[in-house]
Amino acid sequence: MQIEKNAMAGTLESSDAMVTVEPAETGIELEISSSVMNQYGRQIKATVLETLERLEVTSGKVTVVDKGALDCTLKARVECAVFRSCEKSAAGIPWGGVIK
Amino acid sequence: MIKRPTPERFRLRRTMMFMNAQKPGLIKDAYIYGCDSIMLDLEDAVAENQKDAARFSLYHALTTIDYGKTEVIVRINGLDTPHWQEDIRVCVAGGADGIRIAKCESAQDVKTVEAAVEAAEKEFGVEVGRTLLMAALESPKGVLNAYEICSASDRMFGVAISGGDFRKCMQTKFDPSGIDMLVARGQMLMAARAAGIQCFDTVFTDLDDNEGFEAEVRQNKAMGFDGKSLINPKQIRLVHEVFAPTEKEVLQAEAMVSAFREAAAQGIGVFTVNGKMVDVAFIPGAERTLKLAKACGMYEGDLV
Amino acid sequence: MKNAVGREIPDFLLEGGKEVYQGKNYMDGKYVQKATPKTRRYEKPQESKIVETIKDALIACGARDGMTFSFHHHLREGDFVVNMVMKAAIEELGLKDLTIAASSLGAAHDLIADYIEEGKVIGIQTSGIRGRMGQVVSEGKLKTTAIIRSHGGRPRAIEAGEVHIDIAFVGAPTSDCVGNSRGIGGKSNCGSLGYAMTDAKFADHVVVITDCLVDFPNMPASVEAIDVDAVVVVDSIGNPKKIASAAARISQNPRDLMMAENVAKVIASTPYFRDGFSFQTGVGGPSLAANLFLEKYMDERGIKMGWAIGGICKPMVELLKKGKIGKVIDVQDFDLDAVNSINQTPNHFEMSASQYANPANKGAFVNKLDFVVLAALEIDTGFNVNVLTGSDGVLRGAPGGHPDTAAGSKVCIIVTPLVRGRMATVCEKVVTVTTPGDCVDVLVTDYGIAVNPLRPDLIKCLDDAGIEHVSIESLKEKAYSIVGRPDDVQFEDKVVAILEARDGTILDVIRQIKPYTL
Repeated sequence: MQIEKNAMAGTLESSDAMVTVEPAETGIELEISSSVMNQYGRQIKATVLETLERLEVTSGKVTVVDKGALDCTLKARVECAVFRSCEKSAAGIPWGGVIK
Repeated sequence: MIKRPTPERFRLRRTMMFMNAQKPGLIKDAYIYGCDSIMLDLEDAVAENQKDAARFSLYHALTTIDYGKTEVIVRINGLDTPHWQEDIRVCVAGGADGIRIAKCESAQDVKTVEAAVEAAEKEFGVEVGRTLLMAALESPKGVLNAYEICSASDRMFGVAISGGDFRKCMQTKFDPSGIDMLVARGQMLMAARAAGIQCFDTVFTDLDDNEGFEAEVRQNKAMGFDGKSLINPKQIRLVHEVFAPTEKEVLQAEAMVSAFREAAAQGIGVFTVNGKMVDVAFIPGAERTLKLAKACGMYEGDLV
Repeated sequence: MKNAVGREIPDFLLEGGKEVYQGKNYMDGKYVQKATPKTRRYEKPQESKIVETIKDALIACGARDGMTFSFHHHLREGDFVVNMVMKAAIEELGLKDLTIAASSLGAAHDLIADYIEEGKVIGIQTSGIRGRMGQVVSEGKLKTTAIIRSHGGRPRAIEAGEVHIDIAFVGAPTSDCVGNSRGIGGKSNCGSLGYAMTDAKFADHVVVITDCLVDFPNMPASVEAIDVDAVVVVDSIGNPKKIASAAARISQNPRDLMMAENVAKVIASTPYFRDGFSFQTGVGGPSLAANLFLEKYMDERGIKMGWAIGGICKPMVELLKKGKIGKVIDVQDFDLDAVNSINQTPNHFEMSASQYANPANKGAFVNKLDFVVLAALEIDTGFNVNVLTGSDGVLRGAPGGHPDTAAGSKVCIIVTPLVRGRMATVCEKVVTVTTPGDCVDVLVTDYGIAVNPLRPDLIKCLDDAGIEHVSIESLKEKAYSIVGRPDDVQFEDKVVAILEARDGTILDVIRQIKPYTL
């Protein structure tokens, strides 16, 4: 997928993450801040990159403000933000396809 | 990915706890409180502009979190909204045990949902018929059509009333005696029993009124409800206590079931337990009591 | 050298005879030479000890570079005293190389972080450290190694002369003109002054700072005039709103309540739950809520609590007033109900920190305790608890009375949710050991209960009562299955703080934090 416009998903509540995606020319520019950076920063980064790769997003600026979200929440927020950026988040989601 | 066991159409459902599907902190381990079913809510708890996000959360929760023996039901948005079809797709794809149809008013509503569920089961390679349904009656029309709703599909395991909306329609308000809901509860219970499915009462919203809550739960049990919808885990314990059978009932049920099994093995249809004539018609009730007793920690045998 | 909880203690810290932690009760039976302060004689009759300003008091007590000033934390996050004194000493008198020895320090003392960075404050000895001060110490900016002691370990160290207090400052809600001080009767009431009592007895000089001067004699006094050199009257010693919370409410959080109920169940399954039992609980959500469920069991069995100690708050006071507790003995008050009750409600008494928890004296209350219910930031599979360092390795907590009550009690129960956000509370190895595992008996979480294998007697109690329990390893695995296995927190080599066990041996060290990069 291609990040077509700025979009956001998630909240800053505890156990959640707020993910913002913005279009960019080339490559993924990832910015992460987290309340559990020292112990989980590496895993958060890996999860976000894996999710983007699964969605075949190859370029964009992705910002994650993490408040201790579990991996399943991180994935959900990244996916939702990307689908929202293409205005495709409301229906026809490929559950079990690229969303897994 | 968590593979949930095939849902049981008839199982113990004393407590169904509502949880906002959009709140990661809530849904990650809602099962620890020991309710029989959790109800992940895509409807009223989720803001209109977050319906899409809630579905992504729900999908990953369903496929990642091990809810163990707790049943997982999803309340989908009403058929008059643009959301319900995608709600059904995500429920089926994620492997939810059942779907609660909000604002159900007719058998046709059930059939409409059923058709979408079946289509989704085929789309996602889920065994057709796996996903169970229940209906929430929220209007006088829904209550009047209770029987046709209850018997509209083999997937239907139960019916529930939603007090808030119903009272609005009736232009009444909550009354501690239950008089405001008496007819609706009664009619719905009869319809459910006539159709052979379960029946659940509405939520009790005043979390500080412990006495009022207990009185309502006792009335629910006396009227014949199978369980109650809850909004807070702290309500679970009381419902389980009130719905627990007495020790005498458990002993009686155990005696009946074991006598029946013995008699059946010898080809006898009618037998006596403690001097009373008993036949096969008593057995489903006795087995239900034993299952309940087992869930309440009152029975440890292996008859059920 | 490795200590009994498997922590590597650098050898240079052991120069001068310091030992590493050897297990509980290691110092039992040994003798200690108590330190005696050098105090000034006030033979000539004096009308008043009141001096105009804190600066005058400092001068009167001969304040100079390199001294150690002590403080107590009853005014908690509302405290103005530490900042007022340090400001006068550093900015008005130009003093430097000072050490602060406090019973606890918090976000109210962020100003001190500046003095640490400027090199004016070079030593910190405390039972709790939070806010910016914790940050700068963790960043290695304090010139000397900080020392963290428990609430019992602190008076032990003071009495043994391991920390010598040059001037003790007592923030007193009321005082008379010669320094008889109490925690009640003024406008910044805090109730008990228990942590100031030992300081006043063992300091060379004592300065009382009050915002409410009352008629002589202010009796019964917590800090007595016989130990006081000077009295300073200021506008305000603290923000009353932050001194005592309105009332520590019992949590309505269903998770807390569920855990609290299990704590009460565990307590009621042991033989120590009998008429006259003794009890202490923290003020955290589930710990405090345990009171509620305990009361039910007490009523059911027709028994009463003999005595309760600790930081006291409303639920305890209510039980006392209902006649369900014999006596409450109090070193600190957390809310206005407790503040208004101490020395007013019959059988609600004040005690000193030494009397409360000092393991080197001859009769600390903690050593007669049946049950204590405590919280944890982290607990590992060896039952070691951390209540000091955060998941980023930064100092932001307080051992307080945790290690003292855990070691002294017959049953120490830790109650904590299995995970907080993405933090696994039950983990493989805590960042810092603040309470050693050999003092911790039962862990109650929202996912199950675990009993320390060192306590087969308690395992039997739970089994007999039909209370399910699992291994702490399985709880850790469950936690990691939810949040993922955490990476180890990275530190530099430099030791920034020593953590002393209550007996004075070294339990752990805290190292300088390493900036994290992805």
